Amino acid sequence: MMLYAALIEPFVEYGFMRRALVACLALALGAGPVGTFLVLRRMSLMGDAMGHAILPGAAIAFLVAGLSLWAMSLGGFVAGLTVALLAGIVSRVTALREDASLAGFYLISLALGVLIVSMRGSSVDLLHVLFGTILSVDDGALLLVAAIASVTLVTLAVIYRPLVIECFDPAFLRATTGGGTLWHFIFLTLVVLNLVAGFQALGTLMALGLMMLPAAAARFWAGAVWSLAALSIAMAFASGLIGLLISYNFSLPSGPSIILTAGGFYIGSILFGTRDSLRTRYFPRAHFHED
Amino acid sequence: MKGFLAGLALALIIGAAPAAAEPLKVVASFSILGDMVERVAGDRIELTVLVGPGGDAHNFEPGPAHAAALADAKLLVVNGLGFEPWMVRLAAAARSKATYAVASFGINPREMDETPEHDHAHDHGHDEKGYPSVPHDFDPHAWQNAANGIVYVRNIAEALAKADPANADAYKANAAAYIAELKELDAWVRAEIGKVPPEKRKVITTHDAFGYFGDAYGVEFHAPLGFSGGAQPSAQALARLIDQIRAENIKALFIETLSDARMMETISRETGAEMGGALYSDALSPAGGKAPAYVAMFRHNVPLLVAAMLKD
Repeated sequence: MMLYAALIEPFVEYGFMRRALVACLALALGAGPVGTFLVLRRMSLMGDAMGHAILPGAAIAFLVAGLSLWAMSLGGFVAGLTVALLAGIVSRVTALREDASLAGFYLISLALGVLIVSMRGSSVDLLHVLFGTILSVDDGALLLVAAIASVTLVTLAVIYRPLVIECFDPAFLRATTGGGTLWHFIFLTLVVLNLVAGFQALGTLMALGLMMLPAAAARFWAGAVWSLAALSIAMAFASGLIGLLISYNFSLPSGPSIILTAGGFYIGSILFGTRDSLRTRYFPRAHFHED
Repeated sequence: MKGFLAGLALALIIGAAPAAAEPLKVVASFSILGDMVERVAGDRIELTVLVGPGGDAHNFEPGPAHAAALADAKLLVVNGLGFEPWMVRLAAAARSKATYAVASFGINPREMDETPEHDHAHDHGHDEKGYPSVPHDFDPHAWQNAANGIVYVRNIAEALAKADPANADAYKANAAAYIAELKELDAWVRAEIGKVPPEKRKVITTHDAFGYFGDAYGVEFHAPLGFSGGAQPSAQALARLIDQIRAENIKALFIETLSDARMMETISRETGAEMGGALYSDALSPAGGKAPAYVAMFRHNVPLLVAAMLKD
């Protein structure tokens, strides 16, 4: 009975808990696979840059249109995509590497956003608006997050093969289809879309946690790309579920609870994972080894 | 911002001209104090308000222009009670030699509910010269009680008279007229709230800015976000609040003008309680808005509160 009160009742009793849980599921479905590819393509920190690039777009949209879900999402999406595209173009037509040009553009975008916000004077504490809270997800936000998750999964299914090839053998892809630029940009669009989705529920920087931590943790358990992605989704959703329950039972803020749970999965995986974890490296005989 | 810069440029021009009697330069920390100073001093002084209408003083980030305004001010009107934690650093950075006038000096401060074990024994040293070193556990929103507003006006008038003795009589006369108006306001608020049966006087707002109002006029306020509005709520805090709204059948849900409405919309969805509108708590509206002055703020808030509490 106590277990029921702690684990089940919050979701039965309160609509906001159910919505938060569904939002976590939708976020996990989109962010898990995208995070997996970011890790595989060694672009883990790129998400961080994109998160910052989105912030000013959403802030400007807020100043123009007020607290409108669609305006802020669109603003964030446009700002993020612009930065990603400009960085990609510069790295392809000049000698500058993509990470450096991306850093350059996102910093410009961030500073521009802060400048515009300060010029208008902050009428509402922008941090509140920009750091969404998963407890106040409404129907519109839920639809947006679910739609983005669907688009992400369908698009990834279509570009899965070239994207995987580009991860492991870019030279082969260039030789057969004439370059991975198109796949790369479609993938970047998905990254921005998923950060925009997470931004409504968790805030851009927290949303990144749900994208990167499960994907990095999955690396210690699975080998194939599809199993990495599936495991990332499972761990991201589990983080959402456990984080919400922690927030409910121990009276802790929900966003950080969710991300710290994902962090727990990550550290646990580093220590006890079945592939290349500390346990398999330093205590190989203590358990059954698959090789 | 543009208006502010223009004002600053104007101040510089006036400062450069060899005026016979230069007006007293006064800085007020936020819009409500600014309105009070203006009512007492009229155009006899040169007033700069740091956090203007619609700005949030809890999370204010001062810029160089603000420091410049402080640098040549003679009098600095602040709320005190920890409302402007940034003021000490800003004044020090500006090398301000201004005298502090702590508007809340002498009111009966209300402790925050979150820290009940407060030490009453030690004195917090309300130094008239410096920003009072009040520990961060008093509720700063004292102006929400109109009777405290009268104390504010007295303190402001006294400080103005001391800093500018030539105009002291005018300040005192203005303050007396303003105080009469505030007394009338106080009585009006009591009469309006009196229309609501005591058991129905329960209101949910976004952050605990109405503690003094509640104590003075007998209304119970609950807030999911606590005092400064900075913390993220936990699922548990939200669930308990929803339980309470359901159990006590509270119908009055309000957002404040400076805060994020999404949390209140969640509560509204969950409990069926309707949103009663937006209350002005920590800042006035720009001129031409719904609450451009301290008195107008009460005249806007109170009818909304009464209507929502009477609903069920």
